[in-house]
Amino acid sequence: MAQTQPANSQPTCHRPVVELSDVSFAYENKSVIDRLTFCIRQRDFVGIVGSNGAGKTTLMRIIVGLIKPTAGKVRLFGEPMDQFRDWHKIGYVPQKQSFNPLFPATVKEVVLSGLYGRKSMFKRMSRTDQQKCFDALDVLNIADLADRRIGQLSGGQQQRAFLARALVNNPELLILDEPTVGIDAETQESFFHLIRHMHHHHPITFLMVSHDLDMMMAYLGPEPVQEAGKIRFYVKHSHVPEDCGETGLTHALSDLREAIQIQ
Amino acid sequence: MDIFLEYFFQRSLIGGVLIGITAPLMGIFLVLRRLSMIGDTLSHVTIAGVALGFLIDVYPLAIGLLFAIAASFAIEKLRKTYKTYAELSIAIIMAGGIALATFLFSMGQGFSVNVTSYLFGSIYTLDTTDLWLIFGVTVLVLLFVILHFKEMFLMVFDEEAAGISGLPIKYYNIAMTILTSLVICVSIKIVGALLVSSLLTIPVAASLALARSFKHSVILAVLFSEIAVIAGLITAGLWDMPPGSTVVLLLIVLLAGTLLGKRRFKV
Repeated sequence: MAQTQPANSQPTCHRPVVELSDVSFAYENKSVIDRLTFCIRQRDFVGIVGSNGAGKTTLMRIIVGLIKPTAGKVRLFGEPMDQFRDWHKIGYVPQKQSFNPLFPATVKEVVLSGLYGRKSMFKRMSRTDQQKCFDALDVLNIADLADRRIGQLSGGQQQRAFLARALVNNPELLILDEPTVGIDAETQESFFHLIRHMHHHHPITFLMVSHDLDMMMAYLGPEPVQEAGKIRFYVKHSHVPEDCGETGLTHALSDLREAIQIQ
Repeated sequence: MDIFLEYFFQRSLIGGVLIGITAPLMGIFLVLRRLSMIGDTLSHVTIAGVALGFLIDVYPLAIGLLFAIAASFAIEKLRKTYKTYAELSIAIIMAGGIALATFLFSMGQGFSVNVTSYLFGSIYTLDTTDLWLIFGVTVLVLLFVILHFKEMFLMVFDEEAAGISGLPIKYYNIAMTILTSLVICVSIKIVGALLVSSLLTIPVAASLALARSFKHSVILAVLFSEIAVIAGLITAGLWDMPPGSTVVLLLIVLLAGTLLGKRRFKV
C-alpha cells in the first residue's frame, strides 16, 4: 500500500503542476481572491474547501484558464498560462447539475468527448480512441450503459460517466468541481473511495473543490495547509518513490477495476 | 402537374431543399444552448436591414445580413451584462429590430409590396442570385458542421469542459453567430421573417423527442425538415397555397405526430 507523507516535505522528483503566485481576483471592485500564492505538486491531493461565495469556483476557473486573474501569475506544468498548450493533461469532472438532463447524448458520446481538444481538431476519432473510450467505460463499470442517454442514468452513474470522460485521456491532473453535490450519501462514499484509490495507485494529481468539509478532512487531515480569505486548502501527498517513473494506464486499469469491484 | 416543369417552381424546390439542410443544423445548436428565440430576433432585425437596403438601393439581404450579425453580437454583449436574464437581451434586440423596421418602412412607402415578400416569404420569386447565395451558405454551414462536429458537440454539451480542453471557444461562438445570421438571412426569402425560427426549431423539437444520441438527433432533425419542406412546397404548388405556411404547418403536424406516436408506442 502507498505510504503518505506530510505535504510540506517536497520530494524532488515531484514537479509543480499548478503554481499560483500573488494571484488576485476582483469582481465588480469586490476582492474575491487576494494575493494568493500556492503550489500543487505531482501526486498531491488538494481539497479546496469554503462556503458558497468564498471564491472556490472562481479559483478553479482561474487555474484552468477560463478566467484571467486581475493580478498575479498562474503556471501549469511549469509553463506560464498563456503559453500552456498541453490541455490533454487535464481531466475535468463538472458539477452534476451543470448539464441539461434532456440533452440527447449517449454515455459513449460524452466519454469520447473527453478526447476532444485543440490537438484533435480536424481529426477523426481513430480505432485507438474508440478503444480508450471503451476501456474507460469498462474501468468504471458502466460499459453496459454506453448507449443510454446520459440523462437517464442515476446520479451515481452520471458521476462515473463524467469521471470516465475525465480519465479517458489519461490525465496528469484531475480537477473535480463539487463532484458529490446532489448525490446520496452511499454513492458519495463509494465515489470517494474510488478517488482515494486512484490517488494511491496512479500518478495523478488531484484538485477537488468542495463544501463538504467532513469528507475532505477524513482523507486530507484536520488541518488546512493554507488559508486564503474564506478558502481553505487541505493537502495530502501520496508518494511511493518507485512509482515516480511509472505512468502506464494499462496496469492502472486492472487495478482500478479491482478497486471498484470491492465495493 | 405542369407546375413541376416551371423554372420558378424548380428553383424554389432547390432553394427549399438547401435551407431544409442548413436551418435545422444550426437550429440544433441554438436549441440545445437554450437560444431558440434568437432566430425570431435576428429575422426581425434582418427585416430592418432589408428595409434599409431598399431605401438606399443596395441588395437588401446583404444589408439584412450586416444587421443580423451586428444584432447577434449585441445580444452576446447584453447577455453578459444581464447574466442571469439570458432571454432579456433577446427581447430587447427583437423590439429594437421591429421598431427600426417599422420606422424604415414608413420612410419608403413605395416598396411595400417587396417588403411583404420578406415578411411572409416568397419562395417563388427566388432568382439565380438568391439561389447561389443559398448554395454558398449551405456549403459553408455543411463544411463547418462536418469539420467541427465533435467540437461543436462538446461546446453545446459542456462549454466549460470545452474551454478546459483548450478549444478556442470564442472563435466557435463567433462562427456560430455568423453562420446563424447567414442561415436566417437566406431562409427569410423562403418562409418569411415571421416564420424563420420555425425552420430552426420545430424539426429539432421533433428530433429531440425521438433521438437516442446526438448524432441521431442531428440526422433526424434534417430528415424532418426535408420532409416538411419538400411536401410543403409540393402541396402549395399543386393547390395554390402560400408555401411558407404549408411548410411550417407540416412541420407542426410532424411534431404532433411524433409526440403522439411516441406516447402510443412508448419509444
